[in-house]
Amino acid sequence: MSSAQPAAQRLRDLAWLRRVRDRIDREYAQPLDVEALARGAHMSAGHLSREFKLAYGESPYSYLMTRRIERAMALLRRGDLSVTEVCFAVGCASLGTFSTRFTELAGMPPGTYRSQAARATAGMPPCVAKQVTRPVRNREARVPGRS
Amino acid sequence: MDITIHASFLPHDDPEASLAFYRDILGFEVRGDVGRGTMRWITVGPAGQPGTSILLAPPATDPGVTDDERRTIAEMMAKGTYGWILLAAKDLDGTFERLQAGGAEVVQEPVEQPYGIRDCAFRDPAGNLIRIQELR
Repeated sequence: MSSAQPAAQRLRDLAWLRRVRDRIDREYAQPLDVEALARGAHMSAGHLSREFKLAYGESPYSYLMTRRIERAMALLRRGDLSVTEVCFAVGCASLGTFSTRFTELAGMPPGTYRSQAARATAGMPPCVAKQVTRPVRNREARVPGRS
Repeated sequence: MDITIHASFLPHDDPEASLAFYRDILGFEVRGDVGRGTMRWITVGPAGQPGTSILLAPPATDPGVTDDERRTIAEMMAKGTYGWILLAAKDLDGTFERLQAGGAEVVQEPVEQPYGIRDCAFRDPAGNLIRIQELR
């Protein structure tokens, strides 16, 4: 019985973290920041960042930016929007931060990606395109043939 | 082919909350309800399609599941990384509006995905991800 209470509390805390993560997925294009996310979950920003990272393996800021870059890659592949338009469309206020994070995740600057990617997934089945175009969060992917 | 997809399961941690979600918000019919307390097995499914059901079941009831595994499953459900299902509807926007108006937790508004589909997503009360794809 003694462990039932902390266990129930832990599950409630995890459910709050889930709501934060769902909110990022739902509202990533809004001007969200960790302070706003923490307020919504009745936590301090520091506490939220620590607990979120323990639960999901990356900070809420990193998750938010990954979500934005993922969407930005999709929008850039369409080819009809400029890099600046895409940056603001996915909720980034700073083109510099956007470009830096984009380059980290996609392996090239957004402008280069835009011009190259338009042709990259042509003719590829959608389910394959989804997998190969998904950004790698923790950069753990190995170069093929060099394991 | 004589095999049908008869039922698939989703875990619940609060049978009444899950029942309310699938019956009252999603609009499924209830086809079975056995057990009591948290140990309830509730069969639901869309009206007019009696051949396919979802069984809402308590998680980790196999006696071979260890306490550690049971704790992990409960935590994964709470953080939303355990169960998920893919549904489909012809009228995606109407379905989305109806579920949102019913109070379902929205995870993703209807969006055209770059991999060729259009979908939206909700969270059920047990933390399962309910993704709904547009049939076209």
